[in-house]
Amino acid sequence: MSEEFKVEIINPEKSFLLKEDVTEIVVPAFEGEMGILKDHISIISFLKPGIIKIFSKSQEENYYVEDGIMEFKNNNLSILTSSIFNIKDMDKNKIEENLKEAEAQSNTSDIDDQKKYLIDQKVEVLKSIH
Amino acid sequence: MASLDDLKKRIVSVKSTQKITKAMKMVAAAKLKRAQENAEKGRPYSEKMNNIILNLSSGISDKENSPKLLSGTGEDKVHLCIVLTSDRGLCGGFNTNIIKKAKVYFENIKKEGKVLKIITVGSKGYDQLKRVFNENIIEKISFKDSKNINYFDAEKVGKIIINSFEKKEFDVCTIFYNKFKNVITQIPQAQQIIPLKASEVEGNSPEDNYEFEPDEDEILSNLLPKNISTQIFKAMLENSASEQGSRMSAMDNATRNAGEMVDKLTIEYNRSRQAAITKELIEIISGAESL
Repeated sequence: MSEEFKVEIINPEKSFLLKEDVTEIVVPAFEGEMGILKDHISIISFLKPGIIKIFSKSQEENYYVEDGIMEFKNNNLSILTSSIFNIKDMDKNKIEENLKEAEAQSNTSDIDDQKKYLIDQKVEVLKSIH
Repeated sequence: MASLDDLKKRIVSVKSTQKITKAMKMVAAAKLKRAQENAEKGRPYSEKMNNIILNLSSGISDKENSPKLLSGTGEDKVHLCIVLTSDRGLCGGFNTNIIKKAKVYFENIKKEGKVLKIITVGSKGYDQLKRVFNENIIEKISFKDSKNINYFDAEKVGKIIINSFEKKEFDVCTIFYNKFKNVITQIPQAQQIIPLKASEVEGNSPEDNYEFEPDEDEILSNLLPKNISTQIFKAMLENSASEQGSRMSAMDNATRNAGEMVDKLTIEYNRSRQAAITKELIEIISGAESL
């Protein structure tokens, strides 16, 4: 039996990515990174800023996301997000700009805990790929 | 009867108008193709979003405490209407159709003694509505500067709506836009987005029991604001495809009418030229006879 399942990443403008031969995917779910293999139970989860790792037989791909929601059902994984970038295509300057902005946001006091948590996550991830 | 010179001038001016409408038609046709593609590409996102919300809301155990965006405030007093129109004219009945649909709705609300608030997106809608409903318009938004429709703009509108909902400034929110059916037909739509219409939520029954992380309520309360932006984005995409389609058929008509007019004027021009020649001939002949 094959170990592959289907992954679809959609952003508001278009269908961003469609892969049929994914063996494993790691997503930055709200409460921690989550690895998903074939025949996982149906799940809906929120994404926090982080890196999506998609493994297929031949290659590994990394994408950076800021927010989104994922749904896994009948071996179909859909990720809806308004901000996704292939890490290979990301511009160093842009990352730095983003990082500064996020750090500034994190230091302002008038945000609630949940937002702060998300922004801190963003800072961390951006640092790691910088 | 108009003189030969006048006729000639008119023919020239109609011809140049025809050239303009023809060019506009071509431009609209090219833009239409892109807008249509965008509208089709954007559909999966809003569909998936709807599906997930559907699955989520059916999983909610405590209906009473479900998020306000889903169930509404429980009242029906203040209506907020978002009217999406274009920024440019010369597109046939496109804007008029939306406004007509919206006006009927507005009149109904007023008759029932409810409070009406309007937000217009696109300058043409504001122009047409300000005469009658000026005191109801609380905000006018225009995206004249952004070349393409992008999600960013839709999110801005979405945030305005959500902010004012959280301040309890309205109970029901409806958006008006043109749904793109084909080049000739665009259907003006009124879609209620807050609270989410029951018919849309109960569309098909969920098959699966999901695991949720974090819990349903939290996901829902995060997802619903996003859904509003998504719905507005979808409406904007549909609208832009409709606008181009409508403009294309309007300009096609205009070009054809101009062609007919040129034909008519040319015949008239030739007739009066012939008449003048005949008149002159008669004068010469009768002059020669009298000698």
